[in-house]
Amino acid sequence: MAEQMFDTVSSPILEVRDLFVNFYTYRGVVRALNGVNLTIGRGEIVGLVGETGCGKSVTARSVLRLIRYPGKIEGGQILFEGQDLLALSEREMREFRGRQISMIMQEPKVSLNPAFTIGAQIAESIAIHDYKPLDDAQTEAIEILRTVRIADPEQVAHQYPHELSGGMAQRAMLAMMLAPRPKLLIADEPTSALDVTIQAQILNLMTELVEQIEASILLITHDLGVVAETCDKVAVMYAGNVVEYGTTEEVLTNPAHPYTRGLLRALPNLARQGPLYTIRGSVPDLVDPPAGCRFHPRCEYAMSECAVERPDLLTVKQGHFAACVLYEEGRDGIPDAAHDELPANVWANPDASATVGEQS
Amino acid sequence: MSVATGWVKDFQHRYKSQLESALYFWSYLRRNTLSVIGILVIFVFILVAAFGPYFAPYNPVKGETSDRLQGPSAEHWFGTDQLGRDIFSRVIHGARVSLRIAMIVAVIAGTVGTVVGVTSGYFGALVDDLLMRVTDMFFAFPKLVLAMAVAAALGPDLENVIFAIAIASWPVYARLARGEALAVREEDYIEAIRALGAGRMRILFLHVLPMCITPIIIQVTLDMGFIILTAAGLGFIGFGAQPPTPEWGIMIAEGRNFITSQWWLSTFPGLAILVTVLGFNLLGDGLRDVLDPRLTR
Amino acid sequence: MSRLLQVRNLKKHFPIGGGLFRDPTDFVKAVDGVSFDIEPGEVFGVVGESGCGKTTLARSLLRLIEPTGGSVSLNGDNILEWQGSDKKRIYRHMQIVFQDPYSSLHPRKLVKDIVSEGLVIHGLAERSEVRERVLDMLQRVGLNEEHLFRYPHEFSGGQRQRIALARALVLHPQLILLDEPTSALDVSVQSKILNLLVELKEEFGLTYLIISHDLSVMQYVCDRIGVMYLGKLVEVGQTEDLFAVPKHPYTKSLIDSIPSLDPRVRRERIILEGDVPSPINPPSGCSFRTRCPYADKHCTEVEPPLEAIRDRWVACHYPLEE
Repeated sequence: MAEQMFDTVSSPILEVRDLFVNFYTYRGVVRALNGVNLTIGRGEIVGLVGETGCGKSVTARSVLRLIRYPGKIEGGQILFEGQDLLALSEREMREFRGRQISMIMQEPKVSLNPAFTIGAQIAESIAIHDYKPLDDAQTEAIEILRTVRIADPEQVAHQYPHELSGGMAQRAMLAMMLAPRPKLLIADEPTSALDVTIQAQILNLMTELVEQIEASILLITHDLGVVAETCDKVAVMYAGNVVEYGTTEEVLTNPAHPYTRGLLRALPNLARQGPLYTIRGSVPDLVDPPAGCRFHPRCEYAMSECAVERPDLLTVKQGHFAACVLYEEGRDGIPDAAHDELPANVWANPDASATVGEQS
Repeated sequence: MSVATGWVKDFQHRYKSQLESALYFWSYLRRNTLSVIGILVIFVFILVAAFGPYFAPYNPVKGETSDRLQGPSAEHWFGTDQLGRDIFSRVIHGARVSLRIAMIVAVIAGTVGTVVGVTSGYFGALVDDLLMRVTDMFFAFPKLVLAMAVAAALGPDLENVIFAIAIASWPVYARLARGEALAVREEDYIEAIRALGAGRMRILFLHVLPMCITPIIIQVTLDMGFIILTAAGLGFIGFGAQPPTPEWGIMIAEGRNFITSQWWLSTFPGLAILVTVLGFNLLGDGLRDVLDPRLTR
Repeated sequence: MSRLLQVRNLKKHFPIGGGLFRDPTDFVKAVDGVSFDIEPGEVFGVVGESGCGKTTLARSLLRLIEPTGGSVSLNGDNILEWQGSDKKRIYRHMQIVFQDPYSSLHPRKLVKDIVSEGLVIHGLAERSEVRERVLDMLQRVGLNEEHLFRYPHEFSGGQRQRIALARALVLHPQLILLDEPTSALDVSVQSKILNLLVELKEEFGLTYLIISHDLSVMQYVCDRIGVMYLGKLVEVGQTEDLFAVPKHPYTKSLIDSIPSLDPRVRRERIILEGDVPSPINPPSGCSFRTRCPYADKHCTEVEPPLEAIRDRWVACHYPLEE
């Protein structure tokens, strides 16, 4: 297991250790999480990125133990402030949900109950968590709406979810979820359904509010740009594994795992010409995943040993880990020169782009 | 590549795809014990209706007066009626009558209802208003009363029974199909077909209609029981098929004078109706669970 | 140079609240006077946020919904005047690929039938040729023979988008409208589809009109871009030029809101406050003024026309300087 990775964060708020989750479907057993390791420090914003079906949402739901039939957590630990959430009873777990760990979803309008006003829903969540009378909670709800910079909170409090725009609804959601001052906010694609200009507003607001209450964020997204703008650290997932973990700057400018590298090169960016890089093949079916490293059939650096054993998260540099045999002791990893054509570096060094275009 | 090998390959690919979806369908249906029972019952019912008359031991309409009103025995499994006719043979022949009514009504009412409903839903506006008000008129009568009235007006006859029940049944399918069509016409794939330049009739019948058929099939299966029951009811009160047709409703009616002393006259046709109707209902429920995503899980 | 498509003052107003005997109480001005040209072989992009009317624009151009006013000329012929069987001809020349490949393919049809539909509708192929033509097109978009007799649900998102492309291409149109062609897809699939689009454009000599909210995709594929806000084009220009020196404040804020992939540079940027106003009652004067940091009284009173500044068109009283 990735002990070194856990050592890098001194007092973590959340550690996910070697988490396995299966889904038992009629097609067979979907091996959704295949030993996920992840750590989040206090006050940190950690991005969890990956493509559809890589298991990022399953990881998030596992933390709150919201995996339902046909899914099952098969093994591992989820340590929240050192306490294993998987060992708790359902009743004890309820103490954590909402109060210690909150979650906001991609579609705020679906997460809000269409039959009640925004104010009533926020008030209810306050009343439940703080055991307050509902009237007090209602005035508090308006205050909370003000903190998420909703222009006239009194009016919005009396509106129903369908009357709000996506951005407004996501603000209301944020208000509701942050009201009990959780220690960890899990944000599952919070801005994917929103427009770019609104996305920027919401991300700014979220980081600011979370900073105020000194919470941490696990930000789940498929958008590497969002990660670059908001996250301190990033974990990249592929087919049920965290394949790379490190500071955002390190991972985006110096990706160590061949998958991360491929993903970054596949992005269109302002300075590039010529065909885009593509990762060969497609995402594996997790009913019958490739043995060993699940990325090896698509990897341009694959060796015969890759098909045998699942690689551990190995140290690339201080605080930067990759689950790839290229980083075993005595090996060099991906040569640094290969990173010149990455979007982050092309931005920084526009001269490099011309040669890149010709090569590909 | 020659055309012939291409054709063979196509056949294999097509076959494979469809076999897969059939297996998928079956794997779901199989899990539901009750619907499997329903399938078995319907299967037996259809077999009996199709081939039973060739194996029935006695003539269903001509009896031996000497044998009248005999109880169930090795010779006459279900006994005989007041005219000495073998009830077992009559029940078997009755299956064919019932199946025929049910099938023809389902095809007529199902088709008319679907076409009216889909047209109404797809075109909307004035067409929709017009067709749906007509349907509403039919809904204003209880189904059974309407069927009775039509059957009575046309005169007691098997064909008229079929017609009467069909008239009473189609509006349900029209409503159902309209609802589906309203949803389907907004789908991207319909817009995509429009963007290929397809005409309205083509879109309606080749693209919208196939998507609306599933709920109709479920509903028709569920209604099969009702159709058989209605036909028997009409037969019972004398508006349906006429004696000596071996029809289950008539048989029950004829047996009611003897119900206290010779119970078998009405009981066996009654059981036949019960089992068949139950079979269709079980199958219909099972189909709905598998085919209708709104109700599954 | 001859124009392939010439759109002038195109309008689509949706009535709300009307009935059989009642006049509508109001109109949603989804597309409100849009004009642009597309030259053969060009890739023209329309960007804007959701609700800006870009999808309505695409559907109006193809007359999937009938525009309220204006003209759309294809090779000089106003297609809005084509009626009856002529209208069908539009679709031989112009095709569309929809955003969501999961909903744009008929779930009960085999791939072969989906792709051949256009050929059958327009009577473009003998029965015996259909299979060959369909297969040929499938192969060009990267699928093969064994996919002919499969149902859409058996394919991944990327493959479905290839099927949708094949369906459009089989008619050999001159212009293809791509409505958010990759926004439902993952990054690694997106790059494959974008490369395919570029290849197909060369191979078939296509012209694209791409509609998207994703600026990084747009700057990669488009030659020229028009920026749309509340049913109007507010800026049109050559892609590189537009990105380097946006002249409309809205364009600038859009470009600023693309997250940079370099975490070392967290740029200074305009983050727009507030939401897009309702297209039912758009603001007076310049429709962007409610969110514009530079708006003044003049902007509330007079609507800025789309005017040329060299080869750039901008609808702003105070266009940004370099």
